[in-house]
Amino acid sequence: MSNILELKNVSFDYFLNGETALRALDDISLTIKKGEYIALIGSNGSGKSTLARLLNAILVPTSGEVWVDGLLTSREEHRWEIRRRVGMVFQNPDNQIVATTVEEDVAFGLENLGIDSSQISRRVTEALERVGLSSFRHHAPHLLSGGQKQRLAIAGIIAMRPRCLVLDEPTAMLDPRGRREVLDTIQRMNRQEGVTVVHITHFMEETLEADRIVTMDRGKIVQNGKPEEIFNGETDLYQLGLEIPVLLRLNRILRSEGLDIPANILNLNDLVNILC
Amino acid sequence: MQSITLGHYLPGDSFLHNLDPRIKLLCLLVLIVTLFLVRTFWGFMFFGVFIILIFSASKLPWRYFLRGLRPVFFIIFFTLILHFLFTDGGRVYLRLGPLTVEEAGVFMGTFMTLRLVLLVITTLLITLTTSPISFADGIEYILRPFRRLGIPGHEIAMMMTIALRFIPTLMEESDKIRKAQMARGADFETGNIFRRARNLVPLLVPLFVSAFRRADELAIAMEARCYRGGENRTKMRELHTRPRDYLGLSVSLGMMLAILFSGV
Repeated sequence: MSNILELKNVSFDYFLNGETALRALDDISLTIKKGEYIALIGSNGSGKSTLARLLNAILVPTSGEVWVDGLLTSREEHRWEIRRRVGMVFQNPDNQIVATTVEEDVAFGLENLGIDSSQISRRVTEALERVGLSSFRHHAPHLLSGGQKQRLAIAGIIAMRPRCLVLDEPTAMLDPRGRREVLDTIQRMNRQEGVTVVHITHFMEETLEADRIVTMDRGKIVQNGKPEEIFNGETDLYQLGLEIPVLLRLNRILRSEGLDIPANILNLNDLVNILC
Repeated sequence: MQSITLGHYLPGDSFLHNLDPRIKLLCLLVLIVTLFLVRTFWGFMFFGVFIILIFSASKLPWRYFLRGLRPVFFIIFFTLILHFLFTDGGRVYLRLGPLTVEEAGVFMGTFMTLRLVLLVITTLLITLTTSPISFADGIEYILRPFRRLGIPGHEIAMMMTIALRFIPTLMEESDKIRKAQMARGADFETGNIFRRARNLVPLLVPLFVSAFRRADELAIAMEARCYRGGENRTKMRELHTRPRDYLGLSVSLGMMLAILFSGV
């Protein structure tokens, strides 16, 4: 499989009055393959959001290179094609909806791309179906629930047919039900449509569904591996300001009590099956 | 809180509702010009009957007919009074100390009042039957030829859309902040007008801070979705003129020509 995202020795500084105020990313290298589901975790200020913004040329690295599908983000002429290929969903569902009806908002990105009006409505219908919002087509966005709003934001992105979806804490402001809706949608995009996913999150439970977890701390990548490797590894996640998912904590406690359970269980049902 | 209507739009299904917004704006322009061409009371009567016919054809509730006059009532009232008192000429009807009500004043006052009233009702007729969104669309198209002169039609329409989108969100937020400040002992309900205005500061400051933050995030989200201004942008709902649009425009133009050449 080929790489869709490639970061080569990327650093990023925030400037204040012409002086470097903060080194948000420090010499990061990372490759992400087509179709992968990556969970990006780290405490506040670890640089995850900055990293996300580098992936579709909202920010350009201070040094190093970010390659997206063979395009370089620091080249002006590649910028819009990169933004089409890498869609972004942000934390606050309210602040990324532009239009006054659901269908118009999904169409927004397509209109920006200059797509024909007949094709736009076809793609809008399709995108709304894929996130399960077809029946809300003519609703005003402010009447939707948090989870629905976030799914609307996802619909607006996938209508543009991106190859990669970058989600910056998309569930942080949602209730458990809304969170579930959004996670299911993300997973479906990844499994069924083969869209590469970079999912930044605070909730450890959400990382278990990923193919790979990347952990960040103070602008550096500290871990990069499969979920079971990360959670059973040597590095102390608590020290990074992170927690181990309840399921794995339980598993650990049970094993230290002498129960014979494999260490790499990431699914509640599997654990139940083994225990009962 | 959730039933905010702007420009008093009343959804409906009538000839006027279904007109292309661009054509409607052009009609409005033509009719306003027509109003300024009217020279006699007969002309206003003719125009008034025309507006009443259109109003009834658009199936709007009659109570809206004069409702639109309420906000401009004082302007109209003052026009009338000022003309009555200060326009001189002709017979003197009434003396109030140094002030006189004279024939020319009564004529001009009534004339101007009728013009204003009809102006407001005509505009209202259009805003009542056009949704704010198609209004924005119409404005964008109509201003397109003036792009070269530096008139940002697309940006104006985009601003209108975003404003409409965020009004409910900000209303909700201001309600939340109000309650939060009241829980901290803020008082929004007592005192005179100046005191109350000053008490609004703890409401307005957080509201503005949050609005700026939202604007910032929205701008990033829009750019992430490839927004780069109006150039090469398409529309999901393209505007198409149909025969009835030309009919509407012809009627308005006919009205203008009739008034211009009959001299009423």
